[in-house]
Amino acid sequence: MNSTKHQHGPADDACLEVFEKLSEYLDGELSPQDCKHIQDHIQDCVPCVAFVESLKASIQAARDLHPDEPVRELPDELREKLKAAWKAALQRRAG
Amino acid sequence: MADLINPEVEWARRLLEGDATAFTPFVESFQSKVFQYTWLMCGQREDAEEVAQDTLLKVFESFDQLREPEHVKAWVFRIAKNYCLMKRRRSVFAPERELSLDELMPGSMPGSDSHGIAASEWVPDARELPEQGLLRRELNHELETAMQELPENYRSVVLLRDVEGLTTAEAAEVLDLSVDVVKQRLHRGRLALRKRLAGYVTPAGKVSE
Repeated sequence: MNSTKHQHGPADDACLEVFEKLSEYLDGELSPQDCKHIQDHIQDCVPCVAFVESLKASIQAARDLHPDEPVRELPDELREKLKAAWKAALQRRAG
Repeated sequence: MADLINPEVEWARRLLEGDATAFTPFVESFQSKVFQYTWLMCGQREDAEEVAQDTLLKVFESFDQLREPEHVKAWVFRIAKNYCLMKRRRSVFAPERELSLDELMPGSMPGSDSHGIAASEWVPDARELPEQGLLRRELNHELETAMQELPENYRSVVLLRDVEGLTTAEAAEVLDLSVDVVKQRLHRGRLALRKRLAGYVTPAGKVSE
């Protein structure tokens, strides 16, 4: 399939079918048949490929996200409380 | 030998065996991860910090109930999710609503031709941006804002899958959802973020107003 054979966009049923499965495609969660179907569809369709690339880029941005809010150090008192809770849990486990 | 892919798993195993040297790295790793999650779910620093601390305390209080250390991350986030639900204040959450595929697909793509995507549809690859550069920081800030504005049912899935790196099955277990629902929400949430970022940064690298 090439870009002259289908109208890329919401009105195109073939494109809609691809759009619905793009995340599963990128996550490697599709069956080999569905995967091939998408690869065949986007093979020669530059706008579709560009859309996939833009989706991949935004997923990567989410994976690299660092909150603007810095994480503060835990108060010593809480740290000690956590350690005591862990030790108590281990004792219950052993008992 | 340490688990090179998931050091948290190794720390959890060692903590279950009573190895105190695993305590600090475990706490520091999860403090950061859980705060990131609660911050993006709660939207208020005080709430996020309180929920993150409550979560850590519950984690250690319940440590004897950790049956599968290989799934420690999902176990911790399940506790964090429950505390977020208890704490949540409707006023700071984006309203629950369904996102339709129609509103998330590229529209008429003005400016595009048959050989490319519209300038307004382009999303930069963060890995190609300078680590400390302005554009990368702007992109990060815009993404954080976009994330907080996502309807909660989509945000929780995107956070667990893409930001925290849980598998689809783990995210489904944490959120008490079916795998199919997680996949659907993840996809629509990703498309919504893509749409938001696409309108924000242009291929020339200029942050739009």
